[in-house]
Order: sequence, then structure tokens, then C-alpha cells
Amino acid sequence: MNAQSPPRAGPTVAAILVALPMLAVLAAIVHGATGADPALWAHLTEHVLARVVANTAALVVGVVVIAVALGTSLAWLTAACEFPGRGFFAWALYLPMAVPAYVLAFVAVATLDYAGAVPTAMRAWFGADLAVPPIRSTVGLIAVLGFASYPYVYLMARGAFLTHGARVLEAAQSLGYGPWAGLVRVAIPLARPWLAGGAALVAMETLADFGAVSVFNYDTFTTAIYKAWYGLFSVETALALALLLLGFVAITMAAEQLARGRGRHTAADSGTRAPVRLALSGPRGWLASAFAAAVFAAGFLLPGIALARWALEVAPVDLDARYVTYILRTLSLAAMAALACLALALVLGYANRLSKGFATHAAARIATLGYAVPGTVLAVGVVTVLGGLDGAFRTLAGGEGLWLQGTVLALLLGYVARFLAVAYGPVLGGFARIRPSLEEAARSLGLAPREILARLHLPLLGAGVGTALLLVFVDVMKEMPITLMTRPFGWDTLAVRVFEMTAEGEWQRAALPALAIVVAGLLPVALLTWRMERAARAA
Amino acid sequence: MRLELREVSRSFPGVAALDRLSLTVEAGRIGCLLGPSGSGKSTALRCIAGFERPDAGEVLAGGERLSGAGAWVSPERRRIGMVFQDFALFPHLDALANVAFGLRDLDRGARRRRAQELLDLVGLSAEAGRYPHELSGGQQQRVALARALAPRPRLVLLDEPFSNLDADVRTDLAQAVRKALRAEGATALLVTHDQREAFAIADEIGVLRGGRLEQWDVPWKLYHSPRTRFVADFVGEGTFIPGTVVGPGRVATELGVIEGQLTRDQPPGTLVDLLLRPDDVIHDDVSELRAEVVERAFRGAEFRYTLRLPSGATALSFVPSHHDHAIGERIGIRLDAQHLVGFPRGWDAGRE
Repeated sequence: MNAQSPPRAGPTVAAILVALPMLAVLAAIVHGATGADPALWAHLTEHVLARVVANTAALVVGVVVIAVALGTSLAWLTAACEFPGRGFFAWALYLPMAVPAYVLAFVAVATLDYAGAVPTAMRAWFGADLAVPPIRSTVGLIAVLGFASYPYVYLMARGAFLTHGARVLEAAQSLGYGPWAGLVRVAIPLARPWLAGGAALVAMETLADFGAVSVFNYDTFTTAIYKAWYGLFSVETALALALLLLGFVAITMAAEQLARGRGRHTAADSGTRAPVRLALSGPRGWLASAFAAAVFAAGFLLPGIALARWALEVAPVDLDARYVTYILRTLSLAAMAALACLALALVLGYANRLSKGFATHAAARIATLGYAVPGTVLAVGVVTVLGGLDGAFRTLAGGEGLWLQGTVLALLLGYVARFLAVAYGPVLGGFARIRPSLEEAARSLGLAPREILARLHLPLLGAGVGTALLLVFVDVMKEMPITLMTRPFGWDTLAVRVFEMTAEGEWQRAALPALAIVVAGLLPVALLTWRMERAARAA
Repeated sequence: MRLELREVSRSFPGVAALDRLSLTVEAGRIGCLLGPSGSGKSTALRCIAGFERPDAGEVLAGGERLSGAGAWVSPERRRIGMVFQDFALFPHLDALANVAFGLRDLDRGARRRRAQELLDLVGLSAEAGRYPHELSGGQQQRVALARALAPRPRLVLLDEPFSNLDADVRTDLAQAVRKALRAEGATALLVTHDQREAFAIADEIGVLRGGRLEQWDVPWKLYHSPRTRFVADFVGEGTFIPGTVVGPGRVATELGVIEGQLTRDQPPGTLVDLLLRPDDVIHDDVSELRAEVVERAFRGAEFRYTLRLPSGATALSFVPSHHDHAIGERIGIRLDAQHLVGFPRGWDAGRE
């Protein structure tokens, strides 16, 4: 007899409203693709699919292998060993995270292709008939994406090694295992959930990559979707490919669950003392330094130098009033998207705090699914949904107009669908750190729930809110396919400019906007690095 | 203001946390719910504060119905202050701002003055500008109390207020809390599992067990005149020995006929289990009665001896610590009981 309790549907309804756009987009893709003409499917399977599937699979497998090998070994070296320059490399190896894959890709092609600076110099040195392996190959692309995405694995593995490494290794040593046997037998199996998580992130990023594969003219699902959209103007084909790509994403997620084994991420023990690092002396130490230096140089230093040089060369000619527009457009889009994502993340986080029900929880899961869905897929879905709505408006109001398609609203919808999860993570973490008794204390002092959000949660969420804004802001700055496919006519951003210049092979003129993106991308990486290292010192 | 609970029940899946709980705390008094963990005492507090909705029953404060019979007042409108077990101070506000947080209808100056007044009352005038993490546990506790008292609530609830503190500050703090509540003329209800805290603060104490109130009384009567075996066990120490009522205020036991005042109306011939408190059993070297020491615990000023009586029954005794006896020794004892608490033999667990 709980008759006196009014139903508390508000939070659940709010959460479902936030999840609605994502649901609509997914429904549109499934509906559109399954409703497609059978002849079209036959055409697809015959001419496109085999190559696209093989290419995508090869790329994902290759990139994951390279990223896991680089990330795990570097994480182990910097977390559990001592060698010259370890302190520097420990944080410097995060920096390549600031370089989007498409930037690394065009820098690699520009410098390592036949006419590029490096092969030219090598031929001058070793003779004109020197055979330099071509960079524009599957192997070359895999290497580029591997160097661009190893930091995800590095980040996760390093976290695992720092929290568990030293203590567990000491236990292994007391049982008679040397440090290297301990690594293989104990530390890596222990870090398996983290490694699986890092590898899954890399696989997702590779599946979603559009810019780098475009630079290499390598056909994957994302470029096939883009071409179907713009080349063939076949919405059905694009939707069908999008649905298949979603299938690949689902397989990746399932694979991660399997690869984790029965292990789970457990909270780091606090109060473990500073690890005693394994000293690599003499040549072994220098070998470790050289390895770390090579990865740092290839992933960040050399591309950075190249970008800076080219940018300086073209700046006097290129840097004109248009750039002010690009930058303002980019910044305002990023700011709008960041605020929108934050607002929705707060609604979602607060709803989940007020209501522990299944519906609210499921709504949050769906609303934040976008981070696993490639931008090209989301773009196709968003345009389809808005096209349908426009059609409905036309039927109701008459006329020919497009109210939603090709507006800033469409673009923002795409960004929010893709990056809500990025804002939700820090917001959720912030909420989790606020003890429920604080809310009860505020209520017993006379505050209604909506006042509590403003007077208690927002001030306490401070850092989480800042992190959420920064992460979304920078992700939107880098974002390429959604911007390219849903932007209003003439709305060029820095990333679009990079795409257009690289599409024409004008590498040096792409350097200026690319450099701006990289510099902005350093902010969240610096923040992240600072936090990681502070946490490591505290442990 | 007067707090009244009428037959309040609340159950969670599989457990009845509160089972028809009724109690009254008169205005200006300090009440306490005492019970082991899981006895429902925190649920009772949360039902009064409005964080839980009772399934049945009524909660009234100062005559206003807060819940029950179709009424529901949300927690923020109840004007009931609460001191949380973890203190729940707002980490982004200093001590003064924490205390001022609930003072919403006053202007700035008045808010500040009132907050400062409360900090003075709890002896933290100098710590006004400190943030919670810069305060000791005891100081945080006093800020939490000041914060709860500041808006002049109708009632103050304290949820295990001392459980997160070191033992040596508890007693002092309990006195300080009592003084502050008195100074504000507040009506208060405290819940705790620690009888010493309850005795130190409360005017009246209710013992809760499995969501039901076993006894609501002043501390002295709770100890000397427990109504159930559970209360006798939970409040203070003691053991039971078999006996037979032989006359008004006379119970025959293996230790002879004990005279005192029977707390229950029991006719001669009733077989009882008689409660022996450790302070009823007095060590006396010249006594004929002998008991064997089976356990001893040194407590500084005294020993607590566990004794085996001739029949095999057990008794406890507090003995000044210069009487140092070894385990196995037989020592003389005599009984000095004023209150005879006998429960009918075989009458288990004890509910009336």
C-alpha cells in the first residue's frame, strides 16, 4: 500500500528523450537497409563487398596487432623498468594521441612517397636505382594507423601495470619467477581486461577511420559509404553498407567481451608504495631508450616538425580572411556541440542518479552508443531521419523546403550522437564521487531536487564538467566524416579544409589547418597525462 | 517540537525493517533508538526525515502530519535537521558556508551572524574559514551538528553520529552535543548501537530489535528494570541463574534467598531466570559462598571475572583490581541486588 508515493517518471522520461535521436538514427539505418532493393544487394555483394570486407578486416587485424605490440611493450618499459630518459618518455609517449590519424597519414604520404623528401634523399645518397618500399600500400597504411592508435593501448596497459605491476611482480618473484617470466606469466594475464579494452578501442577507431584511408585511397566501409552517398547518390547503398559496418562493430564489441576473459577492471588499490623498477643497465637500457625515441619521433616529433615547416612556408600565401572563417566556424561548432553534449550528459547522469530503474539505465546505454558507431554511419542515419522529418513537414505545410537537412542542427545532432559518450564518462564519474548523503543533507536543509543540481552537483562536478567540455570540444575539432557529410553548404571547418587539400594532393597546404588541430588536441592529452602521472605518484 | 510515530511499518524485499513502531519524543527532549545493526533504527530515522516512505503508519511533528493517511511532506519541507553518519559536509564550502547553507530566508548579514553563532556554540569559532578536509573528524562532526541546528529545525536527527570517530573523543563530544542541543532547545532523536553513547546523550531510550520496539524508557530503568531478556542482554552485561519466587521480593536460588524488589508481579512458586548484573555480585573473602574463576579481563581500575557457580551456572563480577585472582581459584562472593529481574523460566526471546 504505497498509495502515498507519487510515481517518479520524470527522470526516466528525460533519459528516454535523450536517447531518442540515437534510437531514431539506428532505426532509420536498419529500416532503410533492410528495405533496400534486392537487386541492389546483389550488385553490392558482387562488386563491392568482397574487396571492402577483405580490406577492412586486414586493416583492423594489422592495426590492432601493431598497436597492441607497441602499446604493451612501451607501457611495460615505462611502468616497470628503469632506462635513460624513462621519465620523459613516460608522458611523451602519450603525445601522439593529439595527432589525428588522417594528419599522420598525409604527412607520411607526403614525406615517404616516391617523390617525397625521404626517398629522394635516400636515392641521392645510395644511388637512383634504390628500391624504397612504397608507403601507399596496405602495410604502409597499417603502420600509419598503428602508430596513430597505439596510445590507446599504452594508456590502458600503463594504468594496469602501474596499479598492479610492482606488487604482483614482487609476489611472483617471491614464488621464484624472474622479472621477465613475471611479465609473461603474471603481469600480462593480469592486464588482460585492460589490454582487451585498449585493443577494442583501436579496432573501433580503425573501423571508424575515414580520413586516413581516404588519403591512402584504400577502400573500406567508411569510404564506400561516402562514395555511395556522393558518387552514386544511392541512399540505399549507403544505408546497406552502414548496417554491415555496424555488424562489424558489434563483432568487435563481442570480441572484447571474450578477450577480457572472466577478469574485470578492478579499482586500483590505493596505498601501494612506489614500484621498485627493474633497472636496464648498459646496452639494454640504451636499446629501450632508442625504441621509445623511435616511436615518439615517428608518431609525434617528426610529423610535428614537418607540419610546422610546411605551415610556415604556406602561411604567407594561404593565411587570409578565409582562415578566420574556418577557425571561427570550427570553434563555434565545437563549442556548441560541447555544451549540447554536456547538457544532455548532465540530464542523463542526474536521471540515472534519481532513478535506478531498468528503463533509465537502458536509455543511457543507447544514448551513449554513438562512440562505437562510425561517423559515416551516423551521418547517413542523421540525414535519413531528418530527410524523413522534412518530408513530413512538406506534407503538412506544403512547399519544397528543407527545414532540417543541411542545417547546423543536423550537424549538431550528428556530433551529439557521436560524442555524447565522451561527455557522459567524466560526468558520470563526477556524480559517482558525490555521496548520496550529501544530497540528503541538502534536502534536509530545505533544497528541492532541482535546486540541488545547481547548488550542489554543478559546483562539485566542476572538474568533470571541464573535462567533458574539453574532450568533446577537441573531438569535434578533429571530426571529419560527419562534418563533411552533414554540414550546411559552404560551412568549411579546419578538418574539412584538411580533407579538401589532401584530396588534391596539396599536402603542404593541408599542414596549416592540421597544425591547428594538433595544437588544440594537445590540451586534453596534457590534462590526461598530468592526471595519470599524478595518480601514479600518489599511488 | 513533539515527535510522534504511530504504528510505522516499512519493509524491504524479504525483510520487515520496521514493524508497527510507535514512539513519542516530547518537545525539548532527546530520544534515542538503540539496537544492533539491522534492527531498523536507521530506517526509522530515514522515515522521519522523509528519505524513506513508510508502507503504513503516521509520522507527526509538532502536530503536523508528515506522512501517513494520505499526507506526504517532502524532505526539504519538513524542517527536520539531520546529522549524518559520514557527516556529509559539502566539500566545496568552508565550515561557515556549510552551516549557512540551509539559512535561505535570511539576508546575508543575518545568515552570517546565525552561522557564526552556531559555530561559537559548538566551539569552532576559529575554524570558520576551514574546508571540511582541513578539519578533524570531531570538528567535522560538530560542523555537521551546527549545520543541522542553524535553520532552527523542528527536530534534529542524528544517525550514528560518533561511529566514525576515535573512542577517546567520543565521550567529550557526546557531552558537547548534548550541551548544544540543550542550548538550542532542540528536540532530537539519535540512533546508535552503542549504549554508552545513548546513556551519555539521551533522556529516553528505545531498544529496537527486528524492527520492533522492545522498551522505551529512561536509561536507568532500561538497565535496572529491563522488560525483556533481549533488553537485559543488550543493555549492560549480565547472566541468568535459575530461581523460584518464594514471597514478595524474595527469590530462592542456589546462592540462597535473595531479597530485593521484584520488577514484575510474580506470585510465589513462579519459576524464574533471575538476572545477575556484574555489580550485583560482590567479591567478599569472608563469604561462605564460593565460585571458581574461569575467565578474567583486566580493565584498569577493576577486573571483570567470569565465575562458575557450584551448579555450573555462570555469573559476572566487577572486582577492584588489587584483588588479583588466578583462573581456577575459588573466591568468596555475596549478592547485593536491589532490583530483582526474573523472567518466567523457559519463556524464550521474550515478547509480550
